[in-house]
Amino acid sequence: MDNAIIEVENIVTRFGKRLVHDHVSLEVQEGEIYGFLGPSGCGKSTLMREIIMLEPIQKGSIRLFGTPLHSLSSKGAQQLRQQWGVLFQSNALFTSLTVAENIAVMLLEYTKLPKSLIDEVVAFKLEIVGLSQQDGNLFPSQLSGGMRKKTALARALSLDPPLLFLDEPTSGLDPVSAREFDALILKLRDMLQLTVVMVTHDRETIECVLDRMAILDERRIVAQGSLEEVKSVKSPFIQTFFGGDIRECKN
Amino acid sequence: MAQIQIDYSRASVHVVCIGRWRATELKSVAVALSDEVALLEEKSVIFDLSGIETLDTAGALLLQRTERGMSAAGCQVQYVGADDRVKRILSMTQRYGHTDATFAAYSPGILETIGRRTEDFFEEVRDILAFFGHTFFSFVGTLFRHRRFRIRELAYQMMESAVKALGIIALTMFLVGVVVAYQSSVQLKTYGANIFIVDALGISILRELAPMLTAIIVAGRSGSSFAAQIGVMKMTEEIDAMRTMGFGPYTFLVLPRMLALIIMMPILIFFADLFGVLGGMVIANTELGLSTTLFLDRFVEAVPLKHFWVGLIKGPFFGVLIASIGIYRGLQVKNDTESIGINTTKSVVEAIFAVIICDALFSIVFTKLGF
Repeated sequence: MDNAIIEVENIVTRFGKRLVHDHVSLEVQEGEIYGFLGPSGCGKSTLMREIIMLEPIQKGSIRLFGTPLHSLSSKGAQQLRQQWGVLFQSNALFTSLTVAENIAVMLLEYTKLPKSLIDEVVAFKLEIVGLSQQDGNLFPSQLSGGMRKKTALARALSLDPPLLFLDEPTSGLDPVSAREFDALILKLRDMLQLTVVMVTHDRETIECVLDRMAILDERRIVAQGSLEEVKSVKSPFIQTFFGGDIRECKN
Repeated sequence: MAQIQIDYSRASVHVVCIGRWRATELKSVAVALSDEVALLEEKSVIFDLSGIETLDTAGALLLQRTERGMSAAGCQVQYVGADDRVKRILSMTQRYGHTDATFAAYSPGILETIGRRTEDFFEEVRDILAFFGHTFFSFVGTLFRHRRFRIRELAYQMMESAVKALGIIALTMFLVGVVVAYQSSVQLKTYGANIFIVDALGISILRELAPMLTAIIVAGRSGSSFAAQIGVMKMTEEIDAMRTMGFGPYTFLVLPRMLALIIMMPILIFFADLFGVLGGMVIANTELGLSTTLFLDRFVEAVPLKHFWVGLIKGPFFGVLIASIGIYRGLQVKNDTESIGINTTKSVVEAIFAVIICDALFSIVFTKLGF
C-alpha cells in the first residue's frame, strides 16, 4: 500500500486571527474511500477546498497524483483538474441547462466527439447513477433532492476521473435516499475504480462506506485510520460522536 | 493520443487500437473509425485491443458503437488482446449503455410558439393586475391600521435607494448643467443675448432634465437592485419563510420600497435642480461673464415657479413606476439563475421606458392645461 493519491503535509491555514489548521497532514491511498470528519467549523470543507485548488494554500504542501500544487503552471492546473470530479453540498447544478446538458458540459468543452456519441456517454452516466433517460430532458428545478444529487454525481463523473470529492453527499436526503446513495458510491467505486474523498457527518455513511478517515478537531487531526482504530482514540469529540456502541452494517 | 492502424493484408481486416482511449483524446480515432472502418461491409473484422494503455467509458462506447454499425452492415466483429481492465470496462458499458440515446432540445412549432406567447402575455397581464391589487390592498390595510406599517424598513429604503444616490445625481446634474450652458452660450454669444442663458437653463433643467435624469439614475441604481434582491430572496425561499411567519411580502417588501421612492423622488429632483442650475451658473460666469447676482436676479424674473412645481410633481409618479417595475420583475424570477439576469435587465429597460412615456404624457397634459 504505497500508492498515495493525495498527500497533505503540514498545512497551516488561518482566516484573520482564527487559526483553522495547525500542521495538518494526511494521505489518501488509491482505491479507498476516505472521510474527513469533525465538528462543524473545524475546517473539513476548507481542507477539501484547498485540495481541489479552490482555496490558496497558505503554508505547507499538498501533492495530488505526485504533483505538488504550489508549483503548477496554469496549464498543469487545468490538466490536473480533469483528474477529479467534485460533488458540492448544494449540488451546484447549472439551473439554466437540462440534466443531460449539465452532464455534457465538460464533454462538449474538452472533447471533440460527435454529438451522438456524447449523448450515448451521457445516457451511460445517467444509467450508472440510477437515473432514467427521460430524466435527461428535465431541468434541475424539476427534480427531487435525491435526483439532483445523482445528476451532480453524474456530472462529476462525466470525464471518468479517477478521483471523486464529495461534500456532505447525504445531507438533505431522506434516510432511504441517503442509504441508496451510499450504496451507489460503493458500487461506482468498484465499477469505475475510483478513489473517493468525502466530508460527512452521516454516521451510517461513516460506518458502512468509509475505508479510512481523518478526524479534525481543535485545528489538528486527532485520529486517522479505520473506524476501529479511530474509535479507540481518546478525544472528547470522538467519544460524543460515536457514543459507545458500533452498529452492524446491513449489506 | 488514441490511434488506430488498419491492416487489410490478412484474410480478415485487423484494426489495431493503440494509445490512451480517453474522452479528451478520442477525436482522431472517432473520425478515422467513422470514415474507414464503419464503411466496411460483409467482412470479418478483428479489433486488436492489446495496445490500449487506458480506456474510459467514452472510448468503450465509441468502440461498441462502431461495432454495432458494422454488424448491421453484415460484418463479423471480434475483439482480441483485451486485458482484464479493458474487458471490465467493455462489459460495464455493454451492460449499462443505451444505444438509442438522444438528448435534443425540444423546439416547438410556430403554432405552439404563438399559443405559448399568447398565454404568457395574458399571464403577465394577470400578474401585473394581481401585483397592483395586492399592493393597493396592503396599502389600505396599513392605512386603516389592520397592519403595522414598517417605519424602520421605510427609513432604511429611503437611505439605501435615495439618499445614497444623492452623490451621483448631484454630479451628473452638475455636468449636465455645464454642458447645456456651454452649448447654449456659444449660440447666445453670437446674438449678444447672453442674459437669456438663464431662461434656457432654468426652464429646461427644472421642467424636464432634472426629473428625467434623476428617474433614469434611480431606475438604473435602485430599480435594478430591487429586482435582483427580491429575485434572490425568492430563489433562496426567504420570501416563503416570511410568508410562513405571517409577514406578507407586500407589506414588508413592496410598500416600504414604493413609499420610499414616492417620498424621496421629489427631494432628489429638488437637489438635481439645485446642482443643474449651479453647473449652468458656473459656465455663465466663466464663459459669458454673467455674475452670480445678475444670474439669480434674472432667474427669479425669467423662470416662473410653475416650472419648478411641474418638475417636482412628476417625482412621485416616476417613483411608483420605478419601484413597481423593479419589485414586480423581482417577483417574476423563477427558480433558475438565468431569470435573475433577465429580470434585472428588464426592470431597468422597462422602468426607463415607462418613465419616458410618462414624461411625454405629462408634457402634453401640462401644456394643454396651460402650465
